[in-house]
Amino acid sequence: MTAILLGALIAALAVLLVALPFLRRPDGLDDSLDEPSDAEERRLILIEERDHALAALKELEFDHRTGKVDDIDYRAMVGPLRRAAADALQALDKQTPKREVLEPEQPKEQPIA
Amino acid sequence: MADLGRAALVVSLGLAVYALVAGSYAAIYKRRRLADSARNALLACFGSTAVAAIVLASALARHDFSFTYVAAHTSRDLPTMYALSAFWGGQEGSLLLWLLVLTGYGALAVAVNRRLLRDLIAWVVPVIAGIATFFAFLLVAVSSPFMTQPRVVDGAGLTPSLQNPYMVAHPPMLYLGYVGLSIPFAFAAGAMLSGRTDERWIVATRRWTLAAWMFLGVGQLLGSHWAYVEVGWGGYYAWDPVENAALMPWLAATAFLHSVMVQEKKGMLKIWNMVLVALAFELSILGTFFTRSGVVNSIHSFAKSSIGAWFLFFVVLTTLFSVALILWRLPLLRAKTKLESPLSREATFLYNNLLLVALCLTILWGVIFPILTDLFLGQSRTIGRPYFDFFLRAFGLPLLLLMGIGPLIAWRRTSVRALVKTLRWPIGVALAAGVLLVVVGGAGTSRPGLIAYTFSAFVLTTIVVELVRGTRATGSLFELIGRNRRRYGGYMVHASIVLLAIGIAGSSSYASEVDRKLSPGQSITVAGNTFTYRKLEVSKSVNANETRAVLAISGRTNGTLKTGINNYFNGDTSREVGIHTNWLRAEDLYVIFDQRDGNAVFFKVLVKPLVNLIWFAGIVFLFGSLVALWPDAREQKRLIARLALAKA
Repeated sequence: MTAILLGALIAALAVLLVALPFLRRPDGLDDSLDEPSDAEERRLILIEERDHALAALKELEFDHRTGKVDDIDYRAMVGPLRRAAADALQALDKQTPKREVLEPEQPKEQPIA
Repeated sequence: MADLGRAALVVSLGLAVYALVAGSYAAIYKRRRLADSARNALLACFGSTAVAAIVLASALARHDFSFTYVAAHTSRDLPTMYALSAFWGGQEGSLLLWLLVLTGYGALAVAVNRRLLRDLIAWVVPVIAGIATFFAFLLVAVSSPFMTQPRVVDGAGLTPSLQNPYMVAHPPMLYLGYVGLSIPFAFAAGAMLSGRTDERWIVATRRWTLAAWMFLGVGQLLGSHWAYVEVGWGGYYAWDPVENAALMPWLAATAFLHSVMVQEKKGMLKIWNMVLVALAFELSILGTFFTRSGVVNSIHSFAKSSIGAWFLFFVVLTTLFSVALILWRLPLLRAKTKLESPLSREATFLYNNLLLVALCLTILWGVIFPILTDLFLGQSRTIGRPYFDFFLRAFGLPLLLLMGIGPLIAWRRTSVRALVKTLRWPIGVALAAGVLLVVVGGAGTSRPGLIAYTFSAFVLTTIVVELVRGTRATGSLFELIGRNRRRYGGYMVHASIVLLAIGIAGSSSYASEVDRKLSPGQSITVAGNTFTYRKLEVSKSVNANETRAVLAISGRTNGTLKTGINNYFNGDTSREVGIHTNWLRAEDLYVIFDQRDGNAVFFKVLVKPLVNLIWFAGIVFLFGSLVALWPDAREQKRLIARLALAKA
């Protein structure tokens, strides 16, 4: 009998936990999943590319300092990597929506009495 | 109480099915509350499975023989520690442990990533729930640990070889590893299902993969040590199908942990990484199938049953699911960059991956060959040790070499000139070590042993060179390790593999072995050690009659050791080997009590040089893995910043 009661209690607790999202007061009418839009997803990929390019530059500097890359190889590789980083930054910049910049209101001159 | 266990498992099955169905619906139709509800169902599923696990553990501890499972795997005289370890000593308990770990891991992984990866999590939940549904179904309908019977006076007891402290830790470690591989699989599948194949799923699951891989590695070493001290044949790895079943997913996960770095650094190998994650998961399921189905002959197949067909069905289903997903998302997974040079870090990772996967697949072929010949030719043909040893050398030695070369090669490309300059120290030390070994005769006649030692010297020098140069560049060793724990933890793991290679080469290529019948007072000399058989002792323990032969050791090592046989009251017997360790040489003197003839005993005496490096490697492996997987707040912050910028 105790076992059946305990089993029923587990089932009841499970149902309560599963139903909880529907029992809470809705925090708005929107029930849709908070997913990035296509534009946001594109920006996310560009941000990843920017981070890869910057990390590659950092890695090259470290490899150069530790002697894995000699001066000749370093000079040959650093240029294309810098260009790649600049391109990634530029592409990201183009994708980022321009914010409307509000000019601060100029104080009106008060007529001198 | 069995009713409570049964009820808890039925609730678990219901919750898993709900999380699968409701979660899939929520992910397809983008319903937030329903997705949250499915996530909660997964959490509740862990709770109800935990209740079932507590019921079984309590029955085992109380020796409640009204539970068929308890009566089949324990006995009244079994110490509590081993009675509790019977939880994973049988099939039903093992399946329950699978479900418990899976739902626990799943609930935790989902809870930790729910804000950062909300879009992905909506798909991850039904994938984990799908796997949980399979195991919960088996536990409810096919193989329940809560079957009852009229109470009996005593149980059948636990197999004697399982009554060993290593068996308390080894199986749960393996399960933590096997089941842990479900998490990266679920996130990879979630990424493909949601179409979000960016880097987030990798960052979210990298540590889960590392943890699962660490548990599998440690679990295998514990198992090897158990075989070494308990099974009593003188070895630690027999290429047994069940041992191989744990090695294969570990190899696939090792390949993934390397190739994922290429994706993170260069955005390449996305398809390959998905394949590896799926392969590691399928091999973990296959491993459970081999252990539990009885389709392969193994000393580890303690329980044979009819669940094999169910597992085979699940492996086929999940493989088809994975292949279909990867094919569907191929356009999203194609890399934008290409391999710039065959002499680059990413290229060495690729070579290492090919060797690891080749080794993994050749082992898989060796495991399934007897099953296939049985199926198609009507008689089972097994593949022996030479096959596995050959491929271990063929793929393992180049892997060892790559382990040394890889860290010294730069990303993108390295010129031969720079590479020669960087490698001059490791090559010099390796050649010196090789020549020294040949000159002093330390390498004996084993060519693979000589190669393994030379390559090991090469890799160890590489690691030292890396640390010295890195410390010079950053100014401090601690700062160097702190800046990139994954890389330097990885080097510690490399060092542990070197120790393992030296231990395996030493103990297999240079071991001595002699069989001899001795009467009390007689001696035998093996590799400079004289073993004198002194006397025979017979005593009675809680559950067995114990016979021990006492041997005195003199010569290169001095001491005594006991070896013998246990005759359990339930009719089982077990050999108890005698081991004397010379820590300075990392060498073991290993004596097996083979047979008794009056007071005379047939002994098998082995001297195993460097074998203890294998166990020491386990400690270094664990330490290196922990350094690599220690949480790094910077990674999480970077992801949050990326998301915030993307939404700005």
